[in-house]
Amino acid sequence: MRLVRSILRVLLRGLRFLRRDKKAMAGSIILFVLLLITAFPSWFTPHDPSAEIYTPGIGLSWSHLLGTTSFGQDVFSQLMAGTRQSVLIALIVGFFCTVLSVAIGITAAYVGGLADDALALFTDVVLVIPTFPLIIVITAYVKNAGFWLMVFVLVFTGWSYGARQLRVQALSLRNRDYLLAAKARGESTWYVIGVELIPPMTSLIVANFLGAALYAVLAASGLQFVGLGNINDQSWGTMLYWAQNNEALQTGLPLWALAPGVAIAVLGSALALLNYAFDEVANPALRPVRAQRLKRVHA
Amino acid sequence: MRFIARRLGFLLVALWAALTVNFFIPRLMPGNPAEAMMGRFRGHVNPNAIHALEVAFGVNTHQSLISAYFQYLGNTLHGNLGISLTDFPLPVSTVIMRALPWSLGLVGVSTILGFLIGTALGAIAAWRRGGVLDSVLPPVFIIISAFPYFWIGLLSIWFFALTLGWFPILGGYTETATPMWNLSFVLDILDHAVLPAFTILITSIGGWILTMRNNMITVVAEDYVKMGRAKGLKPRRILWQYAGRNALLPNLTGFAMSLGFVISGAILVEYVFNYPGVGFMLLQAVENEDYPLMQSLFLLITVAVLLAIFLSDVATAILDPRTRNSS
Repeated sequence: MRLVRSILRVLLRGLRFLRRDKKAMAGSIILFVLLLITAFPSWFTPHDPSAEIYTPGIGLSWSHLLGTTSFGQDVFSQLMAGTRQSVLIALIVGFFCTVLSVAIGITAAYVGGLADDALALFTDVVLVIPTFPLIIVITAYVKNAGFWLMVFVLVFTGWSYGARQLRVQALSLRNRDYLLAAKARGESTWYVIGVELIPPMTSLIVANFLGAALYAVLAASGLQFVGLGNINDQSWGTMLYWAQNNEALQTGLPLWALAPGVAIAVLGSALALLNYAFDEVANPALRPVRAQRLKRVHA
Repeated sequence: MRFIARRLGFLLVALWAALTVNFFIPRLMPGNPAEAMMGRFRGHVNPNAIHALEVAFGVNTHQSLISAYFQYLGNTLHGNLGISLTDFPLPVSTVIMRALPWSLGLVGVSTILGFLIGTALGAIAAWRRGGVLDSVLPPVFIIISAFPYFWIGLLSIWFFALTLGWFPILGGYTETATPMWNLSFVLDILDHAVLPAFTILITSIGGWILTMRNNMITVVAEDYVKMGRAKGLKPRRILWQYAGRNALLPNLTGFAMSLGFVISGAILVEYVFNYPGVGFMLLQAVENEDYPLMQSLFLLITVAVLLAIFLSDVATAILDPRTRNSS
């Protein structure tokens, strides 16, 4: 019951915060539209995205909003159809990374001692090993990495940053009086962690989810761009791969190569804007200063 | 000095972890893909080299996993990285040495420049809270940070090289030029480096700006900054000598932590520009299924990142007495 109530309270606070914060508002509207395209791609796809039946290599026009590829596919339809994979990668990798970060970071801080040292060391080691080369090496052996392999590799390499942040935050909360009181009441460890320790960290956890989702979108599209994903997938990264391999820029079809990048950036900035807004919730000092306060600072 | 010793210990642990990951990845893959590669080597290389490759990739050996592991560690530590398939029969280390200077020059210089400029801009933005920099820079760079690195590269090729024709499209130097240490060749190299360097700079700088700004906002509220103001010190002096110095310290640690991300992005930038560096070579090795070269490049990149992190730790220790004194 208390859990439900605290979740409700967080949601309510979130709504009020959306109304006030322009960055968060913009981010959520973009994300909502993209989710809509993900759920109902056929509403937004005027042509068959994989059909190679249109005049190849034409520019902007009313029937082909973003022109066609040199294979004669409709760029706009490909863009819409590719939305699903990027959004799903973002949400799924973001989710699993967050679960791992919370599990490892908070457990380490709460348990303390030798286990904490070991987990913190493990986190730091994973953090400093450059992820993208590692992902390249793994996917190079598999060839044409499919969706779930990509999710696995991205989660495997993406959780450590959040775990480190959450551990630091949890360490600072660990010896607060209200936690000691809960322990003294004889509450179970899981109760203390789940109901007392995690709720105050919600905004940091959400920020971590958004950060991991952004990382996933960028890394996955990079991987597909160099041809290490499944090149027959319907996705923005794969579009970039085909555009690059057919020299879209050099042959006067810049839209083919530039549009998917803008799409990635639209999703990415929605996540980044929300992330930034949540940062400001977690750390009130970062909020934009009001005009009157400003005068006092400069006086 | 205990701090340095601890960080050195961490460096060694991380190195060992990277070596171990490198050793196990090909073995964990279904139907060991290195097996096919070995066929291309057989009969061309002396049996010793074949054996070293078999140890490295776990093909066809009757050795136990553990003894293969230690033999592999020994081989690697002696700089024996195997033989490249693409540049057969050159040793991998020779092939890598051709690409290394290009990456060190391009990625090294633009990363450090990005860090310095970004940190300075972040400090100024936080200092003039609510000013032009403070309100423009964060949102602009939040958006830029959401673009894929390589895409910024594509965009600048399209705009600066193809549309305006200001810079060459690809490569590290003009193919027809003779590589010599004279002025025109150096200028040619710089001409080719501008766009990739700009791409790395523009995509990495945002992170430094935002973190420095955030650190600085916290530091500016500290009592010793108020004290500085009360003493009537010049604002410039408080900004750089008092607040900036202290806000820089967490940013230096952040630099170490995000270096891996920057290097990852730089690989794709090299790929987009066909820049003859380590990242481009890595992706070519992938394409040619040159696994010894590929895995050695992964190790090299990791070692470079770990060393840079260690150096920034040393810098932190020199700049911040608190890290030196605490255990």
